[in-house]
Amino acid sequence: MGNKQTIFTDEQLDAYQDCTFFTRKEILRLHGRYHELAPHLVPMDYTNEPDCKLPLALIVNMPELKENPFRNRIVESFSEDGMGNLSFNEFVDMFSVLSEMAPRELKAIYAFKIYGNEELTPEEVELVCEKTIEEADLDGDNKLSFADFENMISRAPDFLR
Amino acid sequence: MARNVNFDLNHPLVEAGLESPADEDVVHNSFSELIAEQSQNGLSDAFELQELQNELDEEGRDNLAYLTGRGLNDREWEDDERQTDPLVGERWSSDTLKVLSSMPSRTIGRSRGAIISQYYNRTMQLRRRRQSRPSIRDFSHSARPSIRGYGMEADCIDAEGAGASKRERLVNNLQNLSVSDRIRMLRAMPLSLAEKSELRTSTLQKERRTRSGSQIPCCSQLKYYIIIAVRQCWYSWLSFLHSLQLWQVALKRVSGRFGTGVLSYFLFLKTLLFFNLFLFLVTGAFLVLPQAVHPPVLSADRQSFSGLELLTGAGYFSDTVMYYGYYCNYTLHRSCRDDDGGQNISVSTGTTSSCLSSHHSYNMPLAYFFIIGAAFFFTCIILVYSMSKSFGQSFRIDKSHSILAMKVFCSWDFKVIKKTSVKLMSEKICTQLKELLAEVNQKYVKNTVCQQLWRLMVHGLAWAICIASTSACVYGIYHFSDFMHQQQQQALTNKHPMLKEASLLALPALVSLINLLLPGLFNLAAWMEDYESPSVGTYVAIGRNLMLKVSVLCVLCYHWLGRVAADPKSINLTCWENFVGQELYRFLLMDFIFILLDTLFGEFLWRFFSEKVLKRRRKPVFDIARNVLELIYGQTLAWLGVLFTPLLPAVQILKLLLLFYIKKSSVMMNCQAPRKPYRVSQMTTIFITLLCFPSFLGASVCVTYTMWSITPSTSCGPFRGLKTMFQAGKRWVEQLERDNPNLSVLARAHAYLVENPLFLFVGAGIFLIVIYFHSQVVDGQRKIISLLQEQIENEGEDKKFLITRLQHIHEQKRTSKRRLKSQDSNY
Repeated sequence: MGNKQTIFTDEQLDAYQDCTFFTRKEILRLHGRYHELAPHLVPMDYTNEPDCKLPLALIVNMPELKENPFRNRIVESFSEDGMGNLSFNEFVDMFSVLSEMAPRELKAIYAFKIYGNEELTPEEVELVCEKTIEEADLDGDNKLSFADFENMISRAPDFLR
Repeated sequence: MARNVNFDLNHPLVEAGLESPADEDVVHNSFSELIAEQSQNGLSDAFELQELQNELDEEGRDNLAYLTGRGLNDREWEDDERQTDPLVGERWSSDTLKVLSSMPSRTIGRSRGAIISQYYNRTMQLRRRRQSRPSIRDFSHSARPSIRGYGMEADCIDAEGAGASKRERLVNNLQNLSVSDRIRMLRAMPLSLAEKSELRTSTLQKERRTRSGSQIPCCSQLKYYIIIAVRQCWYSWLSFLHSLQLWQVALKRVSGRFGTGVLSYFLFLKTLLFFNLFLFLVTGAFLVLPQAVHPPVLSADRQSFSGLELLTGAGYFSDTVMYYGYYCNYTLHRSCRDDDGGQNISVSTGTTSSCLSSHHSYNMPLAYFFIIGAAFFFTCIILVYSMSKSFGQSFRIDKSHSILAMKVFCSWDFKVIKKTSVKLMSEKICTQLKELLAEVNQKYVKNTVCQQLWRLMVHGLAWAICIASTSACVYGIYHFSDFMHQQQQQALTNKHPMLKEASLLALPALVSLINLLLPGLFNLAAWMEDYESPSVGTYVAIGRNLMLKVSVLCVLCYHWLGRVAADPKSINLTCWENFVGQELYRFLLMDFIFILLDTLFGEFLWRFFSEKVLKRRRKPVFDIARNVLELIYGQTLAWLGVLFTPLLPAVQILKLLLLFYIKKSSVMMNCQAPRKPYRVSQMTTIFITLLCFPSFLGASVCVTYTMWSITPSTSCGPFRGLKTMFQAGKRWVEQLERDNPNLSVLARAHAYLVENPLFLFVGAGIFLIVIYFHSQVVDGQRKIISLLQEQIENEGEDKKFLITRLQHIHEQKRTSKRRLKSQDSNY
């Protein structure tokens, strides 16, 4: 295509295009965003796949995530170590799933991960939880499995738009 | 719905279970064998514990004997069970917990092995679906119909060691899929990107190896290269399209601040823009361009350009390609100079023209007729398609019981990113949850008869006000239009021509004013009524607005087609279609001007007023429903006018473009998000339906009526001299028949199908039958859903039963082990 970019090899870009919902330009733009989060940490040359992870605190400051109350959970569920440190692959993965082009089923799986491990304590909230599980639990085992969750959000077409 | 499994034998359910069709002895014996096998396999050192094993089996069978025999000691059994009922106490053994947590339904999205397993099955299904459909008889009968027919082996839960082979098998499956299927599967997998790209690399490597291994003929190698090239082209085309996204940044900003509700208005605007773009391209390419290239000879008295044309559309513009009257009624020939006008050559004698370069001929009347018809037809198809797609996304067949659960999990709008908006949204959700909890806890308070009567009266009064005001306005428009008609009939020549032209703007201004003010009155009435449920209030408001706009448009159509077109001579019109086209242009323009004024006064000045004078902290709310209905009204006018003004879609495009930027800046500056909950998908579906049914259907009925029954003017336009516009098509078919007698079949078919009203009735009948069948299918699906829910509950019961039994067996093992240990220690 005549692109003069030196950040990724063509094979890497092809792999990204096949495995995510992004096009070439968008992946390069994502790399730009990732780089500007920590310019001295993130190398400009990814051809030999450097091992570079950005901490949770930096990622969560992005304007798209800053005001989202679930931001910590979102970033944690995409990180391999569970602590929210994202490498570039995980960064792209997160935005691919959150993008508009990802199908609902895929988003639902991650939404379940994000919602799934909440520890909620106050009493009113407990009541809500009890009633919620009562309503949504289909096979009566007092737990919300992924199938229950998927069934419930299938009834809310506005969710995960 | 959280039910505990009750092993009380006197319980009717259990009795019913025991009276199940299968012979209980057979069931329990086979099950006990299974458990025996299981416990046997679990023991690593077989010799020492052989006696123990036998003892265990005996005990196990003994325990089960308790179950099988009817006349047994209930009390003992119950004591035993209560001790070990795992659902009452929390004493799950670690093994049971491990089993539970590694079940596929619990590990979706968490365990890598489970995901690979799941996707192995999916790719297998896909391969099978693509290749051949296996018959259901090939699969073993199983008590679980859910896994029958899915190609799943009974022991699909592999131990960790088999994980690697599963991955290899997945890679194998991926390799055998087509490229697009493979990419789709890869993208949808919930694995991390690193693993996905590893899978992809191994698939490609394997593919390359198998390909280089075998001797491929060069044509399939060529095919392979072509496929790769096509894919690269497709990716670059997608990149291009994405970069071309209209207003992407602006829409992101709006949605970041206001959420998906307000965004849906702007998306609707974008959809309308695309509809108009399509119309403009079609009419522009096939009507405007040929006519512009072959301008007809114009009459001498052409008015000069004055600024008023932009408002009235008349004057200089009347003799341009913008209006119907400009178009010729003869066949246009290329490289042919017809100096004597040739305006009197009608279609039937078209070939008497002296130009014989007929291979570049363009039959203008036919083109006009067919292009307008085709444009409407394709718009109809696109509308129905998008309506059904939107309907499918938002319509939920089963009644939602789990409102609370949905609210908890699904009410967060992930598009919002601005801090204040996020705070507002969380407050809103909190309030809604509190209200719902209050509803759930509180008993439903019934209104007294007096209160009910009072509410009925209030509703009746509000509706009476709305209907009365609508009828009054419609009546007013009817008489005002009559008055203007008569004014033009009198044709006072001493009136200044500019004033005469300006007076044409009076009716559009009145109609737009009514459209602006009356919805405010409806809002007041709704405020008086005070609906409990906000969605009902929204629907009522939409209904009232719709009623107003439909009646206004009906009166206007009657005025144009019933009064003006019927007797154009009375107002000295030589070309009534031009007049109607200009009227529609004026209406469209006035609509735009009044929307501007409304934005200025309604939003900008009102915000000023409420902040400075009323000292309210909250900004005015953006009324989504009202704005969308205004867009639909404008679009109806555009569709009505395409026949008379082929360039009207271009005007509408300009209007929508300007409207987008104006509304966007107004919203960002002056408004806040609606406080009422707004169900976006449902509302979008309703709006698309409203666009299709009253709006497009009404416009197409009007246009069809015009083409079928109204006499076109004799001195202008492509259909002059014909009895109806429809005759153009008929004449062409007749001419074809004359030129080529073999096509008489076509002519006869045309006569029967298109001219006969029976065809329309039959078509409508078929359409209704199709709708009926679809509704029956939906009913059937509803029944299936309730059956499946029952089945899920039953399977949950099965699961609990099995876990209980496993737990029981484990307890037995533990107690006997302890017993053995204590025996050993005693020795």
